[in-house]
Amino acid sequence: MNLLDIFRKKTTAPVARDRLQVLLAHERSVIGKSDLMAVLQEEILAVIAKHIQVDRQAVQIKMDRGPSVSMLEIDVEVPIDAKLKPRGSESHAAA
Amino acid sequence: MGKVLVVTSGKGGVGKTTSTAALGAALARTGENVVVVDFDVGLRNLDLVMGAERRVVFDLINVVQGDAKLSQALIRDKRMDTLSLLPASQTRDKDALSVEGVDKVIAELREKFDWVICDSPAGIERGALLAMRNADIAVVVTNPEVSSVRDSDRIIGMLDSKTLKAENGERIEKYLLVTRYDVARAARNEMLKTEDVLEILSIPLLGIIPESEEVLKASNLGAPVTLNNPDAAPSRAYYDAARRLKGETVEVVVPLERKGFMGRLFGRRVA
Repeated sequence: MNLLDIFRKKTTAPVARDRLQVLLAHERSVIGKSDLMAVLQEEILAVIAKHIQVDRQAVQIKMDRGPSVSMLEIDVEVPIDAKLKPRGSESHAAA
Repeated sequence: MGKVLVVTSGKGGVGKTTSTAALGAALARTGENVVVVDFDVGLRNLDLVMGAERRVVFDLINVVQGDAKLSQALIRDKRMDTLSLLPASQTRDKDALSVEGVDKVIAELREKFDWVICDSPAGIERGALLAMRNADIAVVVTNPEVSSVRDSDRIIGMLDSKTLKAENGERIEKYLLVTRYDVARAARNEMLKTEDVLEILSIPLLGIIPESEEVLKASNLGAPVTLNNPDAAPSRAYYDAARRLKGETVEVVVPLERKGFMGRLFGRRVA
């Protein structure tokens, strides 16, 4: 804790303003268009599923929307005995 | 040709109906011919706030469907003959409103009145879209609180895309009306500042209505707050907002409650 914080009263309104600014910047860009982050997430998973059998339960997706940069984190567990899928069976695996 | 104004917000409970009644009565008191139209089909309340709930015979849907003439459905205010109400139906659902029917009724009202003020239902569904459809001017009612500001942003987006003006490539005039503003909490920085809300939503300010018990008192009695107690702080803010709607330049201040002698002695801690 900063020494100054003892004297400075913590207020909540600036937090509300900052949260709204970040949120609305995203919502304005998303409404009417598809959300880039959501599209990336779907397509990246589809690409992975094309090659290996992915257990959806073993996939962790984290999203952090920031004011200027968003982070999309996709963790996929690839078991040691994961088999490369034979070509031609992609279509149903991407579901 | 009158102007059509929609009072909208997205979020419920922020003061759309109160503001519709208060602005309508304030404009009517300056001699303008005003009709307030309730678009909240199934959950009508403007009749109650205006004190006309026992005088409703026909409603907007009856007129839209041709079961009643507009003149039969309009309720003239008992306090002021320049103020009228077109109530919503309490029993029908909003699907009974057709786009063509609403357009026709609003066009007819535009001929008869200087101001047609549409009280929008909450939400972003059909009812809210129908209420904003014919508007020339939109008053976006917002509380200085995160969820209300977010919903207002959404509604502003719809005003710019889903109204007739927007479809014809024209711009709809949009104004922000901040309601339930608590001066003391704003001073303590516990509430979003009006400047912050304005910066986030980036539409011009129509007025700041202070939180006040006078609003509840007036609705208890069935009168717009601007008629029930014209001198109360929220009423003065609404009168100023009405003058701005008429094109006058009025400086925006947050009116404070005028206190009597006892209030001055004991009231300091609340202000």
